[in-house]
Amino acid sequence: MLHTRIIPCLLLKNQGLVKTVKFKKETYIGDPINAIKIFNDKEVDELVLLDITATLENRKPRFDYISELAGECFMPLAYGGGITSLDDIRALNKIGVEKVILNSIAMQDPDFVKAAVEEFGSSTIVVCMDVKKNFWGKFEVFTHAGKKGTGVSPQKFAAELEKAGVGELIIQSIDNDGVMKGYDLELIRQVSQLVSMPVVACGGAGNISHFSAALKEGASAVAAGSMFVFHGPHKAVLINYPSQEALKAI
Amino acid sequence: MIVIINYGMGNLYSIRNMLKKIGYQSEISDDPAVINQASKLILPGVGAFDKAMQNLASLNLIDTLQHKVMADKVPVLGICLGMQIMTTGSEEGTAKGLSWVNASTHKFLSDKDGPQLRIPHMGWNNVLRQNNSVLLKDIEDPRFYFVHSYYVQSAENSLIAGTAIYGKEFTCSFEKDNIYGVQFHPEKSHKFGMQLLSNFAKLPS
Repeated sequence: MLHTRIIPCLLLKNQGLVKTVKFKKETYIGDPINAIKIFNDKEVDELVLLDITATLENRKPRFDYISELAGECFMPLAYGGGITSLDDIRALNKIGVEKVILNSIAMQDPDFVKAAVEEFGSSTIVVCMDVKKNFWGKFEVFTHAGKKGTGVSPQKFAAELEKAGVGELIIQSIDNDGVMKGYDLELIRQVSQLVSMPVVACGGAGNISHFSAALKEGASAVAAGSMFVFHGPHKAVLINYPSQEALKAI
Repeated sequence: MIVIINYGMGNLYSIRNMLKKIGYQSEISDDPAVINQASKLILPGVGAFDKAMQNLASLNLIDTLQHKVMADKVPVLGICLGMQIMTTGSEEGTAKGLSWVNASTHKFLSDKDGPQLRIPHMGWNNVLRQNNSVLLKDIEDPRFYFVHSYYVQSAENSLIAGTAIYGKEFTCSFEKDNIYGVQFHPEKSHKFGMQLLSNFAKLPS
């Protein structure tokens, strides 16, 4: 039986977790270790951790800190943020990070993506593609934590990544980030039908029905941030995860 | 005390933390004196076969381990590469393994083992309990997290404690007397891993 992966996506800033709306308006969520411990108890199958300032600060991943976090994870961990070399990936694998997530570097240096896939295998290399509708209402890939437009369409980028052998593609809608009204289904559909690698929908989930909608459009897995860190209409901070029983309904 | 052997192959903290979570203290150590005092051993490992054997040798741990496992019969659990080095050797390298079980380690071959088989085998997979496995006891629909390119082939069917299917059915767990090996990562497999480690921790020693 194939299990649909429901992946909490946590944003790391310095040594705390934050949650954004449209990649802005950060709310402090709390201590990552505490959040990971709660997700352990909830039997989460996989966790995504993104350091959202590493690239902007032109900085390497904080290996020691990530090692500490990986040691708390009773589930596989995917990490992204500031990865620019094969040595970075090697170091992350060694400290217990099972998958690495590339974003800005994947756009800047397609050869690096190929080299990474060659050395570590497709299943280790994930690309997270941040997408926003531009001034003309067309989908465009953004890098550098959503700050830099690239002029490249998600379809074109996805096709290149597929060719490079990337194992998995996280498609994150910047416009829907933190809004909790559902994924950008049009975006998910357009990209999923184009590639054969697994697509993970990210950005906008507010309830379980949003998961089902994205899976129907071709996503293989779903990720969410706000939904797993906020509770109630006033968005009180509360780390949570649907019961295994509730998830079976998807 | 359960001792997790630290020989420079991967992050060991999630193993220790998971044991702690289920109520067992453990110690991470590369000190033969500490390992000699252990009531149980865990031999983890991520990386390459030869490097693992070299590291064990340069830390002077091979004799200690041989004695603890083969003479004192202390229960030992090998995880991933830790399981593979318990075999006689691996296609990954030229070093001789610890040779505690009559088995050897082989590489998954794309197309030969399964059409367009992606290597490494990575992700959650179902595990089939075999030969009344002690470690896989009381786990409903067991599934575990795997990351590996090499797998163990047992020369004796009676060794096989669990199998998984990736292209073909392969041995993902063996058990022989006090010697236990699992190819998957219990420490990354939440409730399934906790039950397995608890089964190991509860073994008489």
